Formats: sequence, C-alpha cells, structure tokens
Amino acid sequence: MGKTVMDRRGFLGRGLAVGCSLAASPLMTPVSFAATEGENRLVVIILRGGLDGLDLLQPDNAGLRALRPTLLARAPSGMEISEGMMLHAAAKPLWPMWQAGELAFVQGVSTPYRNKRSHFDGQDLLEAGTAQLPTGATRDGWLNRMLQNMPGSQMTTAYAVGADPMLLSQGAAAVETWSPDVGFVLSSQGARLLEMTMERDPAMASAMQKAMVLAGDGGGGVLEMADSGMMSDLDSMMDAQMSPKGRGRAGAHVRVAEFAAQQLRDAARVACFSIGGWDTHAAQARTLKAPLKRLSDSLLALKDGVGEKVWARTTVLAMTEFGRTVAENGTKGTDHGTGGMMVMAGGAIRGQIVHGQLTGFEEADLFQRRDLMPTDDVRRYAAWAIRESFGLDQAALEGVVFPGMQLGDAPGLLA
Amino acid sequence: MVFDPDIAQTRFGYGLSPKVAGPADIAEMMALLRANEPEMPWFPLPSDAEMREKMLALLDARRKISKAEKGSDAQQALQKAFKTARRASKQEGAKWIGATLARRVWSRDGLRERLVAFWNDHFSAPGKNVIYRFAEPAYVANAIRPFVNGRFEDMLIAAVLHPQMLHFLDQNNSVGPNSTVAKKRSEKKLGLNENLAREILELHTLGVDGRYTQKDVRQFAELLTGVTTIQKKGTAFLAKRAEPGAETVLGKEYGSRRAQMADVHAVLRDLARHPDTARHLTRKLAVHFVSDTPDEDLLVSMGARYLETDGDLAEVVEAMLRHPAAWAPVGNGTGNFKQPEVFVSSALRALAVPKTRLREVKSPQLERLLGTPLRTMGQPWRRPFGPDGFEEGDAHWLTAQGMAARLQWALGVSTAVLQELPDPRVFVETTLGEQAPASVRFAADAAENRREGIALVLMSPAFQRV
Repeated sequence: MGKTVMDRRGFLGRGLAVGCSLAASPLMTPVSFAATEGENRLVVIILRGGLDGLDLLQPDNAGLRALRPTLLARAPSGMEISEGMMLHAAAKPLWPMWQAGELAFVQGVSTPYRNKRSHFDGQDLLEAGTAQLPTGATRDGWLNRMLQNMPGSQMTTAYAVGADPMLLSQGAAAVETWSPDVGFVLSSQGARLLEMTMERDPAMASAMQKAMVLAGDGGGGVLEMADSGMMSDLDSMMDAQMSPKGRGRAGAHVRVAEFAAQQLRDAARVACFSIGGWDTHAAQARTLKAPLKRLSDSLLALKDGVGEKVWARTTVLAMTEFGRTVAENGTKGTDHGTGGMMVMAGGAIRGQIVHGQLTGFEEADLFQRRDLMPTDDVRRYAAWAIRESFGLDQAALEGVVFPGMQLGDAPGLLA
Repeated sequence: MVFDPDIAQTRFGYGLSPKVAGPADIAEMMALLRANEPEMPWFPLPSDAEMREKMLALLDARRKISKAEKGSDAQQALQKAFKTARRASKQEGAKWIGATLARRVWSRDGLRERLVAFWNDHFSAPGKNVIYRFAEPAYVANAIRPFVNGRFEDMLIAAVLHPQMLHFLDQNNSVGPNSTVAKKRSEKKLGLNENLAREILELHTLGVDGRYTQKDVRQFAELLTGVTTIQKKGTAFLAKRAEPGAETVLGKEYGSRRAQMADVHAVLRDLARHPDTARHLTRKLAVHFVSDTPDEDLLVSMGARYLETDGDLAEVVEAMLRHPAAWAPVGNGTGNFKQPEVFVSSALRALAVPKTRLREVKSPQLERLLGTPLRTMGQPWRRPFGPDGFEEGDAHWLTAQGMAARLQWALGVSTAVLQELPDPRVFVETTLGEQAPASVRFAADAAENRREGIALVLMSPAFQRV
C-alpha cells in the first residue's frame, strides 16, 4: 500500500456543490470578489527583541568604531548605502532589492516608549500605536484601527499570520488569523467521516471547511493521504502531526511569508506577522546573522510570492520595539536602547533612501548617555505609509489610528 | 431537566472518563466541592514560602553574574551555573503543569478543577519575566485554589495582593507622591502607578460597566501605595511609601491617620460585596459554564445568592446548578464551544492518560504535546494576552486556524500518550456517553484505523460543544 494524494473532494466537493450559499458567506469570500477596494498592499512585520539599527546600517564614524570594537572590527561589507554607511554583510540577499530601488530605511526613530526598556511593554506600545501603554480590557492594535477606517474592509482583507498572538491586529475589525504551521495527515475516508459528523453544526462545518481550503492552499497543511497499516510510516506520521509540518521550526518564517504572499496576491490587502531573535545581548557579530537572514528570506519570499504586478503595489514596514545601546557591552553584544530603525521594502516605495536623522555618538549626544537619540516618532512614518497607500485622512490617523501623534511633513515614502 | 450525569461532567467538569465515575447528583457535586480540598497529595505544588526560595535562588544566581568581573572565567562559570539552574526550573515547571493536568484527568471533583481554571483566568497574572512565569503555578495553588469554594473577598485579597499580581500590574513601583520615600528621594521622581487599582475595579470586581470614575481609580491607587513586595518576605505594607491622608473610593472614606494594610483589605472587601461585582462575576460564570447568552432568570438567581451570602462562591455555584437553565441540553450547533485548554484537558481525560505519564513529563515532551499545539489553537498555556484573561465568546475560538490545529492535535495525541489505543467503538461510548449521536458512532466504527477513529470522536460537535 502506498501513499496517494489526499482526496479533498469530501469537503471541497461539497463546497462546490453548495457554491452559491458559500459565496454569500463572509467566511468564504472568494478571491475575485474582494479585489474591489483598491490594489495597494501593506505588510507589517514586527521585529521582536530590538533590532540594532546601527549594526544593520553601519555608519562610517571613528567615535562609533571606538565604542563598538568587535562589531565594527571587520572590513566593511562593500555594500555602501550612503556616505560610507555600509549594509551588514548578513543582509546581502537584500542588496539587489536596494539596487532596484525597493528598499529604504528610517533611522533614529522610536515609539514614545522611554526609560524602562522592557520588551513586553515596548512591543505592546509599538503594536498599540498609542502614546501610553494600553491597560485594561480595551486593548487593540493600530493596524486593526486602520482597518476600521478603511471602507469595504472585510474578513479576508487582512491576515495575521503565524502562531504568536499579535496585538497589532487585535480589535473590532475582523482579521483572519492563520498559521501555516498547522497541518494534518488525514485519510480521505477520515475527511468524509469528519464532514459527516459536522453536518448539523453549520458554524463548525464552515470553519473546518475553511481550514481544509487554507491548509491545502499552500497554507502548509499536509493534505496527503498516508495509508493506514504501514507501521514503518507511523513515526514520520507522528512527526507530521505533533510538530509544525513535520520539519521542526526551521524555515517557519519563510512559510509564513509565502502564505502571506499568497493571500496578498488574492483578496487580502493587509498582512502582519512577526520575526523574533533580535535581542542580541552577547556575541552580536555572530547572533545577529540569523535574524537578518530570516528578515532577508522573508522579504524575498514575499517579493517572489506576490509576483511582479502585486509587488509593485506593495509596501512592507518592518518595525521594532526599540533600538540598542550605542556602545558594545562586556559580552560583545548590545543592551536594550531607545532610538532604532525601521526597514521599508516593496515595489510601491521610493527606494534607495535613508530617512530620518542620526545625532552624533558622543556621550552627550546620546539618550541618557547610552542609547541612540530618538529624533522622530516611528508612528509618523507608518501613518504616512498608510495615508499614501489607502488614503486615510489626517483626522483618522492622528485621532484614531495613532492617538497623540503629529503627522507633520510628508517624508515621501511611496514612489 | 435539573440534573444530567453526563452534562454534570462535560459542562461542569473536564468531561467523561472511562475510569473515573462522575457525581450522582447535585448534592454530591456540591459535597465534593465544599469538602476542604480532599485533593491529591500525590500532585503537590510549592507553597508561597518555598516558591520565594526558588525565585531568590535564581535571582541570586543572576545577580552574581553581573557582579563578577566581565568576561572572566569566574563569570563564565557563574553563567553556566545559572543556565543549569534555569533548565532545572523549566523541568520543575513542566512537572507542575503535569500535576495540574493529572488532577483534571483523574479527579472526581472536575467542577473544582474547572473553577480553579476559571478564577485563574479571572485573576490572570502570567508573569512578565522568566522567573515570574516559572512562579505562576504556585500563585494559582496558593492564592486561587484554596478559595474557589469560599468567599470571593478572600480570594480577591489573596490574589491581587500576591507578589505575582503586584509584579504583573506594576504595583511595586507605585509610591505615594507625598510619601516619606518620595520626598526623601525627590530626584527619582517617584509616583503613583494606577495599573493595579484600575484593573481591580475594571476586571476583578465591578466590571468595565461598573459605577466607578477615574477619580475612584486615582484614590484607590493612592490607598494601595505602601503595598509592595519584599523579595525575602513576600507582600508587605511599607507606610513610608504610602500616600498620607484618607482616600475616598465609591463615596466611602478609608484610612485616616496612619496608612495601613487594614485599609486596603477594607476597600477590597467592600468592592467584593458591591452589587456591580455580583452582577459582573455571576454573568461571567454563567457565560463561561452555560452559554454565551445566559438565561436572564439564571443570572438573577445567581446574583441574588451572591448578595445574600456576601459572595460565598460555593453558594453561587450551587444556585447555578439548581437552576434548570444550567442543564439545557446541547442542540445542533448550539452549546458552549470548548476553549482549547478545556478541549485538550478533556481529551486527555477521555483517553485516561496514566498519572505517571503526566507527572513525569519532560519539558520538551510537554512543549510538543501541549505547548506548541495550544499556541496554534490560540491559547498558549496560562499566558493570556493581557490582564483581562482569555476571550469568553465562542466566535473567538471557532475559527479555521483553531479547527485545523485541533484536528492536527487530535490526530496525534492518542499515539503520543498511550501504548495501546482504545477501540473507537468503545471510546465513543465512554467519551460521549449515552447521548452519543448516531453519526459519530458511525464514524468511529467506519474509521480506517483506531487513531483516526479517536480523532473523529474528539473533533465531533458532540465532544466540542457542551
């Protein structure tokens, strides 16, 4: 007995048979219908842990070299961004994107979060988009408040991808959450029986049906049939059931980006997910490589996944909760800081530019004599990206999406 | 209907077990709950004092690292020692989760276990760093568990003044602006943190619709100054940090000459007995156990009992159980949809996973069996998104991702935890009882193998809706 490709007709065939009623259901809004409210796409990536912007883009500065003896010890990467500022060697996959004018940076920015430098609070504030920490039961994220101000947004307009809960997308607007790490090996007989047991429970049947579609739709599901009775296969089958797609966690970020890309190519206009690993307290020359590779891989997977046409309408914002200390610490890493960096990518943006201001690196120039001085509100850039992508007005942006933020002059983010 | 032996376990416990018989009637349910913790000594959790020592040891180990000469051999040795200690604590934490599950799987008093989880969620304080995350099970064992059959005010005092909550809601940094400490160290700009006061009013007692104003929050926060944590002793009241003078909360004056813990207790007891608290808590209980849209008369009767008994929680639970609405049968597409934690726990109970298997679980195994799956189902173990705990509404849980993750887990769990799988035709009977729908019996019988048969029973609406 061998393996066969799973017959999804159990659930799907039924879906086709009752296609009319399904089309009317918001859960099953098909691809072609939702593409009505504009073509622009926005992807927000939360870089959890605190990206060291001064290492991603290394300024050519003698003072900084003295403060960062091991981090700036190596020969410059040769990928010059501007005025001697070099791109980190591990971000090399992004170099063609920079050259193509699809990559930009914002330096010296931060949220209004100051002093305490806690990841927990810093990420909350970044995702809430408020001036103060959200408390109590009314926690929602700025991306969700943005959706509430976008006419015609519906369940399939926005996706939160990955297993981690994201405050960013929480709130009154419906956002579909999907983790490509869910997958299952189910026999065709099993699928038919499952459908039968749910026949009289429309809500469960509908959610299950959608799961089948998403799982099979490049969502990472293992919708192939493993025939029963093959004891030698049992171990690998258990792996497939109990760990993400049976391949461990490696590469999970790429599957997330690929899934997001697929949805963006279809009905979705907004997607968010997170990439961790930026908290480089020790041996940063080594430990920053992995997250930079994850970010690069994710951006490339997004670009490849959406295709040329959609990429041209796409803006990606990669934001972090805070920057890191300007000076290296005793373990060749950096500690939690304040002023940080936002990375922008996409065919829709004005590329090959570094926005924002860097102050000097003398002790007196630093925030509390240790952190890069924040010179601008990172929310202002997110707000302008939203305004240029979806046309939200100043009142909504300053009053609802980012309360307390001043929109200020246009930085000219989109091409 | 006023009692159903299966609903007694599925709706008010962790479901049916093939090995443990459920209570015979409401009187027995209540007798089990009212008994003073007949609980299983085989699954002990640490006391507050024991937990403090464990936390101090970890803190000490970490402190020593920062004191040692940077980059020295000595520092590296200390770092290694800390890592070893952390790994040991992680394994110990896994054992406590195993113990919690073992109780859910093997206790006759499923109602008590469900109530512990309910109040744990109500007083969510998952910990903001690794040490406090490690300590959370002890907080539940000492500040929640002993009070689920007692007065709400006692649980309120135990929970919100526990070091776990004081840390989670930033009370340790809250100092009266005119206190001795604030004046002495004016350069430090010490001041009030309203977080705990606000959440007690909004989440723990009156509810967000309750009759309180920002002024009450402020005054209550001032009253709470002085409450802080001393690492070696636990919760303490330090008068020199307290805001001097009386404070008015909900129109009543507390404290006068000398700030003291008794004033904090007094306001907490008054809040616990407030009619808005009665309404908030009884509604939350009814929504959690019975229905997202609970019967109005059920709410009235529970609320009245709450006020008559000054918040005796066993009495309130009994008022719920004595009401016919609590026993309404689950119809097609109706009934509460199990939250992931209940889904997983009740499946383990249905599978009668051996006690030893749960007690001796290793941390990576637990991550595979429970950690990752619960995260993909949207309910990471005891780590709600905020102090408001997990969402109660069914719609939040009944999603495509949730269903996919449940199916994935249901297909894998049986072979992961059992040597020998039960016959699905028997499993459907022991898990769903006499009311097992024909379609699920058929599916269990027609499945290609035992593993899928078991998964089909666990995925069925009859199992997931209670």
